[in-house]
Amino acid sequence: MEKEQRIAWEAKCTQDEPPACSSGCPLHIDVRQFMQKLTDGDNKAAYQTLKKTMPFPGILGRICDRPCEAACRRQEAGEALAIGALERFCVEHYGGPDPVKPLPRKRWKVAVLGTGMAGLTAALDMLNKGLQVTIYEQAQQLGSALRSYPKNVLPAAVIDAELAVLNALRATLHLGTQCDTATFTGLVETFDAIFVDGQATSSWSLPLQKETNGRIVIDALTAATAEQGVFAGGEPDPSQGYSPIMEAYAGRKGALSIERFLQKATIDYNRENEGPYPTRLSTNLEGIEASNRAMPDQLTDEAVRAEASRCMQCECLECVKHCDYLKKYKKHPKPYIRQIFNNEKVLHGAGHTANKFVNSCSLCGLCAQVCPNGLSMGDVCLESRQTMVRENFMPDSAHEFALQDLEFSRSEAFSLCRHAPGFEESAYLYFPSCQLCSSSPGEVMESYRFLRENLEGGVGLMLACCGAPAYWDGRQELFTEIIGELRQQWQEMGGPQVISACSSCQQLFQDHLPEIPVKSLWQILEMPKLKKALPAASLPAKTVAVIDPCATRHNPKVQQGVRQAVTELGLTIEELDYSGETAQCCGYGGLVFNANPDLNEEQLSCRAKASDHDYLAYCAMCRDQMAAAGKPTAHLIELLFGENDNGDPWQRGFLSWSERRENRARVKEVLGRHLWGEEPQLPETYQEMILHLDIETQRSVDRRRILLDDIRQVIDQSEAEGRRLIDKNNGRRLASRALGKVNFWVEYAPQGGGFQIFNAYSHRMNVTGVK
Amino acid sequence: MISLEEAKQWSCDACDKPLVMREVVFLYLNGTFHVDLPACPECDLVLINEELAMGKMAEVEGILEDK
Repeated sequence: MEKEQRIAWEAKCTQDEPPACSSGCPLHIDVRQFMQKLTDGDNKAAYQTLKKTMPFPGILGRICDRPCEAACRRQEAGEALAIGALERFCVEHYGGPDPVKPLPRKRWKVAVLGTGMAGLTAALDMLNKGLQVTIYEQAQQLGSALRSYPKNVLPAAVIDAELAVLNALRATLHLGTQCDTATFTGLVETFDAIFVDGQATSSWSLPLQKETNGRIVIDALTAATAEQGVFAGGEPDPSQGYSPIMEAYAGRKGALSIERFLQKATIDYNRENEGPYPTRLSTNLEGIEASNRAMPDQLTDEAVRAEASRCMQCECLECVKHCDYLKKYKKHPKPYIRQIFNNEKVLHGAGHTANKFVNSCSLCGLCAQVCPNGLSMGDVCLESRQTMVRENFMPDSAHEFALQDLEFSRSEAFSLCRHAPGFEESAYLYFPSCQLCSSSPGEVMESYRFLRENLEGGVGLMLACCGAPAYWDGRQELFTEIIGELRQQWQEMGGPQVISACSSCQQLFQDHLPEIPVKSLWQILEMPKLKKALPAASLPAKTVAVIDPCATRHNPKVQQGVRQAVTELGLTIEELDYSGETAQCCGYGGLVFNANPDLNEEQLSCRAKASDHDYLAYCAMCRDQMAAAGKPTAHLIELLFGENDNGDPWQRGFLSWSERRENRARVKEVLGRHLWGEEPQLPETYQEMILHLDIETQRSVDRRRILLDDIRQVIDQSEAEGRRLIDKNNGRRLASRALGKVNFWVEYAPQGGGFQIFNAYSHRMNVTGVK
Repeated sequence: MISLEEAKQWSCDACDKPLVMREVVFLYLNGTFHVDLPACPECDLVLINEELAMGKMAEVEGILEDK
């Protein structure tokens, strides 16, 4: 991941951006947390939230002109929250005076001229930074402008109590002073920097450059005047009128500039988001019920809590709401993008940070679909996987089993590419997919017969894997090799129209082999001649929930075609919440089933509960994954070309990984022999070994991704070499064998001409010595 | 990890010897571990049971792959 790419991805995730109320507040008060604390009934903590950012909360909490309320998004569903009233309640009942801790003093001396909100805030902020502050005020008391508020709004006692903090922080006060050009020049020479509260000193004649309306000319970003070391602010914008919070912001801006000026730091660095600005945080208000203020004249804790609880706690998290994977890992994408970047660029994979996280994404694109900015964690994770493979820190356990399955599909046991018998060329090339052959071998053979009989110009057959597992694993070299082979075979077949019965294959062809024309089997079956020739449906009327494969997310034509076919079969369709553009992945995609089987089981269990109706899939892996999770699920191809011997395709259940390979081999063997007179490869001797497993053991070894052929090879060696353990109690044998990078253990006993299997398990650690 | 009681249940078929506790060295992803496990005193055949393989060993493998 390059830095520019990281920045671009991070910029799309707005979850860390402040809510509109905070970004609309010139001081960025954390209103969302303030409301949460009030909702929790922790009013003291709510006050502390205000105090963290708000200078003189007892004053500002009473007189703030509340730009946050204008920004509050609650007003899109009712009235804006009464933020100002709640702040006032909080400071009145739970506010200061607060204890003060003077900081160690720094050597710099600064002057503040005038004590409106701007001057007071500048003085307080600079005292809190340890600067030596001297305040000049023409009145006999600080904050004279604040004393014009009615007593019931801002009592003088509150002002005195709040401003006492300046004394406590050891500010030097000069009250009742005047300042002219000569005095000012002297101050400039005496102090390291000066902040001028323009509003509170408007009657003084200061030698500072002014605009035609009389306001001091300052730099908008830094509040610097033309005079070196002199900063100013606090004069109201004539177009907006007096705003205490904007004055406080002017003082805070000046204080930060003075600190940077004194430290000789870059004064204007990274200050664009100071003051009020429109937030980038996306918040989906769909489903939020409208509500209005219910504020009694005399506020009580209960009324405050009720009002605060109207806060929607604005945040985005759209992807986390919809994706089980992100939900499981709890965080939104932005911190993960940084973590993945650091793993690649800083740790160079040495920390193996986030490997499992990266390998647990199904790459299905749902996050990008629901993200307001289209951020795809799939893109992030796929690129990271490519780096992990390239730099050799992809753990073998993540995808090895799936890659071995891919190699099986590429082997002579399954792969085949032929013109139809009696044809020298092909107008069409049927590509049923390896996984549909794994799941529905009979229906694949029957549909191929149907296509041959009803399409003109010859229908060739290609049994192969599209390379998706290599692509999902990030193995670019292997994937390029596979699609190169597919392209070459297609060219050798004369460039026919490909008919795909797998949406993942179709998507891969479209994305990586755009020169190859691909249509789904379901689209081909919509051709009038074929539609007419389809066997008449004999299904009982029932309602089914169609589960769209994630690979059809951007292919509404396929989705609609399937729905039409299903309806014409006499079935009624129930639409799931997650369908069409928001289809969810079954966990085969991205190889989650391999890298994180626990997460996959949780995903499937959740999906199985999405409807009480039986499911209808048109992706083999969706069918098999849902069926393995115990949800009655049929595949469309079974309804169109199935023999339905048992009369109910929804009752077909779990299919083991060994059966999946046997089924693939069967398609090749049967079609090869019947259509092209090819004899199948002779099996290895060990493959003829007869094994007996009860259903529980079958499920257990399959969940552990142990194939029957793995078991056979362990027993084969054990029986040949006699190297094994014997259970003295029952004579069972326990043998192990390393196959590739995995050590397999099998507990077994001879039975008849074969072997009864009691258990099988594996590990990757190797024994390197016994002392 | 594996009790002596369980070890006594097994014997080495080829050597016809009961298993004894021995120090076994494991290697995975540049990590080396020393564990006392039942093994044949003669041919070094080690017993790794289901609980150990699918439990502690799987856990350590996962940690090493994703630390």
